[in-house]
This record gives sequence, C-alpha cells and structure tokens, in this order.
Amino acid sequence: MEASARLTELGFNVVLVERQGRLGGHVDNWDFLFPDRKPAANILNPLKDAINYKVEVKLSSEISSIKKLNGQYVTSLSTGDFIKTDAILVATGFDLFDAVKKEEYGYGIYEKVITAADLEEYFSGKNGHKLLRKDGRGKIGILHCVGSRDEKAGNEYCSKVCCVTGVKQAMKLREYFPGYEVYCFYMDLRMFGRYFEDLYKEAQEKWGVQFIRGRVSEASETHDNKIMVKFEDTLAGKPMKISLDLVILLTGFVPAAGALQLKELLSLETGKDRFFKPVDEHLKRNHTSRQGVFLAGACTGPKSIAESITEARAVALEISSFLKNNE
Amino acid sequence: MMVKDKFGFSIHADNQVNLDKGDYSLLQKIMAAEPGFLNCISCGSCTASCTAASFTDFNFRVLCQNVRRGQNTNLMNELSKCMFCGKCRLICPRGINTRKIISLLHKELSNTMQYA
Amino acid sequence: MNIEGKRRIWKAYQKEIADDRYYYARSCIRQNFFPGSETAFLRILKEELGKDIHDDPRHTTCTGIAYHCDVIPFETTMTVVARQFSLMSEAGYTNYVPSCITSFGIYTEILETWHHFPEIEAKVREMLWKSTKREFSKPANLAHASDIIYKFRNEIAAKGKYRLINQHTGNPLRVVEHIGCHYSRMFPHKGVGGAEYPYVLAGMIESWGGEVVDYPERRHCCGFGFRQYLVKANRGYSAACSKKKFESMAPFTPDMIITNCPGCPYFLDRWQFVIAEMQGITYGTAGQGIPVFTYEEVAGLVLGYDPWDLGLQTHQVAVEPLLDKLGIPYDPEMKYKAEGGRFIGTPEYPEVLKVC
Repeated sequence: MEASARLTELGFNVVLVERQGRLGGHVDNWDFLFPDRKPAANILNPLKDAINYKVEVKLSSEISSIKKLNGQYVTSLSTGDFIKTDAILVATGFDLFDAVKKEEYGYGIYEKVITAADLEEYFSGKNGHKLLRKDGRGKIGILHCVGSRDEKAGNEYCSKVCCVTGVKQAMKLREYFPGYEVYCFYMDLRMFGRYFEDLYKEAQEKWGVQFIRGRVSEASETHDNKIMVKFEDTLAGKPMKISLDLVILLTGFVPAAGALQLKELLSLETGKDRFFKPVDEHLKRNHTSRQGVFLAGACTGPKSIAESITEARAVALEISSFLKNNE
Repeated sequence: MMVKDKFGFSIHADNQVNLDKGDYSLLQKIMAAEPGFLNCISCGSCTASCTAASFTDFNFRVLCQNVRRGQNTNLMNELSKCMFCGKCRLICPRGINTRKIISLLHKELSNTMQYA
Repeated sequence: MNIEGKRRIWKAYQKEIADDRYYYARSCIRQNFFPGSETAFLRILKEELGKDIHDDPRHTTCTGIAYHCDVIPFETTMTVVARQFSLMSEAGYTNYVPSCITSFGIYTEILETWHHFPEIEAKVREMLWKSTKREFSKPANLAHASDIIYKFRNEIAAKGKYRLINQHTGNPLRVVEHIGCHYSRMFPHKGVGGAEYPYVLAGMIESWGGEVVDYPERRHCCGFGFRQYLVKANRGYSAACSKKKFESMAPFTPDMIITNCPGCPYFLDRWQFVIAEMQGITYGTAGQGIPVFTYEEVAGLVLGYDPWDLGLQTHQVAVEPLLDKLGIPYDPEMKYKAEGGRFIGTPEYPEVLKVC
C-alpha cells in the first residue's frame, strides 16, 4: 500500500493485486505494535486512506500468468482480468510457520498451546476464546524460535521480530492476568531495534517477566490439564520442567504461499532460506535480475513493519527512476 | 541385609529440577526490597570480576540464578565466601545493586536460618 | 485434548506394510522373557488370519545387542544381516518381519545406509560371499511384527471374544502404550504415526475398545538400551528411567501397559518389583502394580486364548486382576503347571509387591 501511494504521488498509475478479500495482510490481525504499543489500526488506516480512490485495487485476485509482450508485462488474474504494466513490484510478504509441524509442542492437540498470532487475535477481541481466568493464578510460558533457527523445521534462519513480540506479549499478559507468572524460554534475545532493550528491561523490572535461557524440548498434558514443558536452564546448567497454564509459541516467518508461484512465473531467484534474493544486499536491495521487476517488504526476508514501510518508500523511488529512464 | 547389597545397585535419583516445587519465598523477599534483582541478564560480568570466584568455587551469577528458580539449598554456605568487595556492583551493565542483594540475602538467611 | 490433531499427524506418517507371505525373524531374548508372545503371533497369523508366515530355524541373531554395546563392529552386523536376507530369499520370501524392535531399527538403519552409500552394500555382498558363498536380495518390504498386528487389528477385533473394557464398570480400560526407542525415533517415517505420537499400538488399543492414556513422560526411554545395564552396578540408571515413567503415568490411573519391544515390557514389568522392594513404592491399585503386556499377549487375550498358554504366568506384576477386569476366565491351579499337569514350581514371593 505504501509503495502504491508513493508511486501515485510521483505521477504513476498503480494497480494493486491482493489475493485476499481485504487489504492489510498480517498487520490486520495484530493488536498493538512494538516498540510504542500503538494499535495496528493506526498504521493500516493511514495506508488505506492514502491509496483510496488513487490506486486501482483488485481484491481476491490471484495471478494466473505473467508474460512479456512488446516490452510490457501482461499479468492475467484468476478473475479473468488482465493488466498491462511497465514494471512489477513483488510484495508478497510472508506466511507464519505452521506450528502443527513442531509436533513436540502439541499445537492443535493440546488446547492450552496457542501461537503468538492466536494471542494477538485474543487481545484484539477477535476470537472469543476464554484463555484464562482474569483473577486466576498460575504460570504462562512463551516459547521463542518456533520454526526458526531449526534444521528440523527446514528453516535455519532467524525470523528476527519474534523475540521482541514475545517480550511485548509477555508484558501484556502480566497486565491482563496479574495473578500469572510469565516465563520466556529463549535461545538468544534478539532486541535488534531502537527501544527494544528498554522493552526487555521494562518487562523484567516493571512486570516481573522471568527469562529462562533454554529451548523447550517437549510439551505434554498433565492429569490436571496443565502443559508440562521440559527445558534446560542453560545458565544454571541443569535440566528442568515446569507446568504451565498456557503456552504461547512464537512462530517465525516463511515465504508466502504465492511467492513460489511468482518465482516460477517471473524466473526470480531465491536464497537458501527460500525468500526472494535481490541483486545486491546493499545498493540494489529492491532489484531483481529481471528488468522492471522489483521486490519490497518481507518477501525478501523477515522484517518489522517499520522496515517494510521504509523499503516501500525506497522501492518507489527505484521504480520511478527505472520508469523515467525507460520512457 | 542392606537393600543395596541384595540388588547390587541402587536407583539413581532424578536430578531434573521441578520448578513447580521451587521455594520462591526468598525470591519474593529480595524482590520486595530490590526489584532490580529480576533485571539480571546472566551476562556473567559479576562472576568474571569477582574476587572470591578466583579462589573458591563461589559463583554469584549462579547463586542469583538459583534463588530466582526457587532452589535455595546450601545458600548460606556459598554466600559466606563473598568478601563484599563491591567489584560486581561496579561492573553490572544492568545497574543492579548486587551488594545490596548480598546484604539482603545475608539478613534473610541469618534471620530465618531456614535456608542453611 | 483434541484427538483430531493427533489423527492428522497419524495420517501423515503412514507406511507400506505387506499383507501376506512373511519371513519371520525371531528375537534373541523375547522367548525367555515372554515365552508365549512369538508363538501367539504365529498362531494368530496362521490360524486366525490365514497368512503365510515362514518360521526359519536357520536364522541367527541380528547382533543388535552386541552392536549397540560396541562389542561387534558395524561391518559384521551388516554381514550377518545380509545372511538373514539371503535365507529369506532362499525360502522364497520378500517380506521381512522382525520380532524385536531393536532388530527392526538395525535393519532399517542398514537398508538406509545401503541406500545412501551403495559402495557399502557392494562391500557387504563381497564379505558375505567370502564368508558363506551366499548372495542376497534386499527385502521388498520391511515391517515390524507390531506393524502386522496393527494392520490386522480390525480383523482381530472382529474375531475377538473380549474387548479392552472393564467388565465391572463398563468403561474402556485405560491403557498406556509404550513404543521401543528403535521403532521410529531414528526414522520417524518408518514408524506408523511417526515419533512424537506413534500410532501402531494406539491403533490396536482403539480398535480393541480401550482408551489410550497420554502422560507427560510418554516419550521417555524405559532404560533398557544395552550397555548401561550389562554391568550390574549401573542398573540403577535403567531402573530410574522406568521409575520416572511410572511416576508420570500414575496420576492417570492406567489399568495396563502395552509395549512392542522385547526389552521394554521386561523392564517395565521387573523394575516395578525392584522399586517396590528397594523403596517400598508400588503403582496401580492395592500395591499390585500396573501389569505390562506385549501386544501379542493382548491380541491373544482379545481372541480368547488361555492366559497360561500365552505365558502370562512369567510376568512379575500380577496379571490376574486385569484378567478379572476383562472378564477372561483362567484356572489359578494351572498357573504353574506345564502341559500334562506337571508342577513346575512357584517363584519366590516379593515382600512388598503384591502378587497372586
């Protein structure tokens, strides 16, 4: 959306093709964002306003084929429409790792095991689940690196934003359910952005969130309907177990389902992590080896919303430059 | 006849720590007096600079870790190795008043004698 | 717990199991620990299911125990296994069915090794020829004996006289299922249901009317392994492993345990005696322990075979309370009598564990 708005400002016509029935992608599912806790709607509404009536939006449309004809790209959609353009911006984003694949955590089997995305839906009031009693006492666990940094899951890369998401959610859980202790089980804490270290300290100091450096190996249901997890407290050097009333899995990023299809249609390169590979990591982060085809956002790898917006603005300028030079 | 003699072996104890059974009362007392205790990121700078750590097996980082996990056995014995020199306080990147923690632990342990 | 979640995973881990013409490779030690099991397996396959299963007296140990104890090198094990395959082809079969789970693990490991490193397979052919003048073909299908019973569990249920239901209460029996480590941990796709939620025994239990008990230490090893218990002084380690499982399953009040490995039921059965005598702790009700069975014994009970023909008198933990729950009649007088009525003697009675 941001790239469309910028390109429109620069004087170009943009067609935005979206496979879902609404704009907003994953951000539409989030409750509030790091680092400043602003509601997700505060990002989405301005973006939607900026393209309203200015950009042609095609919802519920998937790409059937893309051909190059007389120097232009002709894209056929599943709706039967086709579009002729001088450039293409691939912004397919990401999907979340399917937590069912980590069988040892029992997602989809044990009701008390949910994902971070499920929790965001709960916080934003979208699913009416009763997670825990507000006046209850107990323990909640947040498991980092689910489906990331994991050879067994097929994703050896780090998904970057999950650690700060875990810290953010930990604080909100302590706020919502003050009688519950919250434990974060991590391998490394990747507080990569501005103010993230402050969030970490606030989580510890103000909210009493406990951080245990040790990856959870297995989860099982106990006879009193709690989830028992096993881990090593690597800093104490001892194997441990604990029963939790709720387990939250911080699932990582995987390339979006549609990305593979676009890879074939446009003959794009992907890296070892299966995300799209730009021509150069420093000076041509938004360029592919195909003339006129650009990349932006999480389709080139895990990144935060702020970074995606920045990339959108950068790629708008790159596309503008390309189109002007190729007139 | 000793059971062990009859069988020739004895059953190994389970050394997996069960955090459900930890005794967090000491942790609660320390946190009430010094909330910064939970700010620790276990970086190990304290133990690295510690005077006592070089000459005994005293490990301040591990000691605090154990208190946070509700594992309080043998605490007084370990704590008696600290010389109160303050090097840990000087180095802590999280600004935790480690010397106060040690002082609080001493006070609690002497008062109650229950964690000896 | 959402059972649908498990069913989805079970569906993802299915494997090819041959449906007839099996070459049976017996276990080295099962016949000592659980004498009726292999006989029951053969009887069920031949008489109940009408299958062609070949019981070959010429096969040897697969050397699994020795290999896992570092007493025999891998090359020797592979050559012995090659001879087993040669015997199988000679007898005219291509479907290999080992009785022991460690064997199954060995065969799977070796076939995978040969698949990825054909030069090793070539070397083994050479070694077999040099030592025995034999040639071999790899089996078309390798399935563990429990896979076969799993495959025909519904047929067995249909012919069954008894279900895994408590006659006094009408409720399904609560059954703990324990899978041998070597079944699916190394190659999850070679086990029915995979490694996290194996289905080979759970499927049998469901089919025969029981209720599967899921407990936190479900995945834990029973401690059999090999090298850790060969030396008597180390056995405390093995016993501790089984004890951890018992402590974890006890709150779920299981009525019985079923396993598919030779060592596992042996340890889960005998260690209850050791723990009782050493520490005064028993599991189950009334100090009687939780009875442990092999899947063949349970299949036999379901089909109405005589408990003493199934070898249940050799179990340490008393099986009679469970037979009563199942409503299966048995003659206590015949428990320690061989065929023909000859009295074979009673075992020494434990002090703490209550036996019948």
